[in-house]
Amino acid sequence: MYSRYWVVFSLLSLLILTTGFVQSWSFALGLVAMGLISGVMALGLNIQWGYAGQFNAGVMGFAAIGATACVLVSMPWVTDTMVQGLEQLSVDPAVNAESIHKLEQDIVRRTNAEHMLWKAWLIGGFGAILAWFANRLLRNRVSVYVRTFLVFLILIGSLALFSAKLDTAVKVIEATGIGDDSKYLGGLGLPIIIAWVFGGILAAGTAWLIARIALGLRSDYLAIATLGISEIVIAILKNEGWLTRGVLNVTGLPSPVPSVSVLQSEPYNLNVVHSLLANKLAFIFVVATFLAFFMWIAHRALYSPWGRMMRAIRDNEEAANAMGKDITRRHRQVFILGSFMIGCGGAMLATHVLQFEPAGYHPLRYTFLIWVMVIAGGSGNNWGAVVGGLLIWFLWVQAEPAAAWFFAVVGANFASESGMFAALLSERAPQMRTLVMGTLLLLVLRFAPRGLLPAVTPRK
Amino acid sequence: MFFGVDVLNAMLWLFNFLILPAITYGSTLALGALGVTLVFGVLRFANFAHGDMMAFGAMVSLIGVELLNGIGIFTYPVPLGLLLLPVAMVSTGLLAIMIDRTVFRYYRRIRSPPVVVVMASIGVMFVLNGLTRLIKGPELSLFNARQTFSVGEVNTAALAEQLGEQAVRIRTDFATNTELIEVSEPEVVFFYVSEFRKATGLSEGFGLDLLQVVTVVLALVIFLGLFLFLSRTRMGKAMRAYSDNEDLARLSGIDPQRVVAITWLIAGSLAAVAGTIYGLDKGYKPFTYFSMLLPIFAATIVGGIGNPQGAIVGGYLVAFTEVIVTANYKKVANYILPDGLDIAGNLQLLGTEYKFSVSFLILVVVLLFRPTGIFKGRVL
Repeated sequence: MYSRYWVVFSLLSLLILTTGFVQSWSFALGLVAMGLISGVMALGLNIQWGYAGQFNAGVMGFAAIGATACVLVSMPWVTDTMVQGLEQLSVDPAVNAESIHKLEQDIVRRTNAEHMLWKAWLIGGFGAILAWFANRLLRNRVSVYVRTFLVFLILIGSLALFSAKLDTAVKVIEATGIGDDSKYLGGLGLPIIIAWVFGGILAAGTAWLIARIALGLRSDYLAIATLGISEIVIAILKNEGWLTRGVLNVTGLPSPVPSVSVLQSEPYNLNVVHSLLANKLAFIFVVATFLAFFMWIAHRALYSPWGRMMRAIRDNEEAANAMGKDITRRHRQVFILGSFMIGCGGAMLATHVLQFEPAGYHPLRYTFLIWVMVIAGGSGNNWGAVVGGLLIWFLWVQAEPAAAWFFAVVGANFASESGMFAALLSERAPQMRTLVMGTLLLLVLRFAPRGLLPAVTPRK
Repeated sequence: MFFGVDVLNAMLWLFNFLILPAITYGSTLALGALGVTLVFGVLRFANFAHGDMMAFGAMVSLIGVELLNGIGIFTYPVPLGLLLLPVAMVSTGLLAIMIDRTVFRYYRRIRSPPVVVVMASIGVMFVLNGLTRLIKGPELSLFNARQTFSVGEVNTAALAEQLGEQAVRIRTDFATNTELIEVSEPEVVFFYVSEFRKATGLSEGFGLDLLQVVTVVLALVIFLGLFLFLSRTRMGKAMRAYSDNEDLARLSGIDPQRVVAITWLIAGSLAAVAGTIYGLDKGYKPFTYFSMLLPIFAATIVGGIGNPQGAIVGGYLVAFTEVIVTANYKKVANYILPDGLDIAGNLQLLGTEYKFSVSFLILVVVLLFRPTGIFKGRVL
């Protein structure tokens, strides 16, 4: 059985090494980094699917929430940047008089707007709590219609107050700032590793909310519901510019490892190529550490009493229920745990590309590709998820140059008389990716439904 | 019109910006939802590939339009895409049957759980998505895009007579110093907003074009035809029986292969119709069809999955809710309110960006409080 692991892992290394020799080492290391990050996300999905049979089609939403955490935690607070900018300008007050004046005004406006924003949320939160208490207190005391009406009244009233305050504050915040990455609130300026963990926690919180609503649904209903929720998440991130900068994108996220330019200067003094490689290797190391920790957790969980209980629930829900296991609660637990990992993976992804781009989230790439990884790797097997992440990412990236090469050959040999056809073919090469992935998924489902590394049921 | 209360204008606005768009959008959704619901009723799985099947159908008619337009054939005033609908329907239906033979039949034979079949439909979705993008490209293309001919290639006079003088233009290409004929097919419009405004003196206009009428009429004809088929013909009754109880239907001598094939043929044709009429109106773009999957699923489940009446009602319900919730009522409020009380800001429940979110909120509410949908689902 374990010989399969050796074969798969050596094949994978061979593919990466070949890429390194044929294309370039920095490209190959980029592939590994993205593959490992995809592995983290696939691991989270695999826990949900393999341990509990949950069809989560909302991977994209959780990944985007994790990426948002990077912005909220690690970017500088924009008002602070503005104050710093003011100090810098004040060195030479005569020259910059006009911009100093404008900036001073903006800072005052912005500070007021920030206060208003906090007040808005305070009012909103207070209204929500009030509504909750009213609902509790009035239960069984007045008729249900009166209670609903009163609670509804409180909610509408606080919502009106909340949105009026929020709108005015948001207008100011989205209009002021200094430099490139401004016109939104900004973040807390903390190290990015904290953002990764916070991204996981944020995703887990969302998962808790979703689990309360949707986890009781049948498998394909759950898929449709989570698909919709992930679209809602993206819509919110895209349009709430004060929080996430929306479609303007946040660029320049900090990295957990020294950047290329730092590596080229004192005390490292590496040359251009080496600094690039060192940067990527260090990033891979950080991601791999996280992945190893997650693998360890997932492994320990699977081979603990908890894991046995989960398998029992998965294999026969009714029997497990009869044994007194709280199935809803266990399902919720698994959903939250998996979403935590997906959120972490999403945060790592944003850190790897050093920017947060809400408009770039597409379900084919961020949800269903992760599904292909889990299915192809071997659903239920944690090593399978990691292998799937690396391998499928490799194929996803390499499908394009492969298709371009193939089309070039076809174009040269068969379509030479009409140059337009050959040009069209080479233009369409990137579209081969989805075709290759779909064919792969169908082939795996048909001929190797248990995946590359089938899950082994541990001995009793 | 007294004290500045203007009911007529308010009603015109409501009709123009609320009812008409909701009806046309709802017809597309209902046609899409019918396909999903038929597949669910007979084959018991949610077909994630339906959106991309719609894209395929639209692509077939688009390619046909481009080929025919390219050799100078225009069918103004009837849109050519509409005339090519039968071709698109048949080819998409055949494609659906082919996909069933190669992919889904296997899972039926080994009786795998629905989740696996849904996963396979995701694979089909990927393949179809890649295929449409490979053949026609991922970018937006219009059904009445401007065509360019060299002189002598087409009969300019005849075209000018058919399409109107303004549609045919002669332009000199200075790079090669040749004359080119540019033809852009106009849209058929019954009422222009500006003309209506001028004729009646009202500040709100009324606009209606051929596509909106055709969309609604075509949808109604198809609904009627489908219901007649399901309730009157032998095959339709067999489909309903099969969906109700598969084993009993087999025992009564119904051929499951034929039922499944006919189901796919109908689902594929419905997808082609929905995709083409949406594309004629808004232009063809593969990704749009993928994102239409969400409201279509919402419509299907809201109406009761597996129930054709439900799919139609669900389609219009989702469309109307989306439009009602995201419309900006500032204008209509100002028409109705007396003069002194005008509203300056926006009167909008939710931004248009959250359009798709609305259908999902409906979906979640329905799933929580009435999981079977408005009509009881699961049976054709």
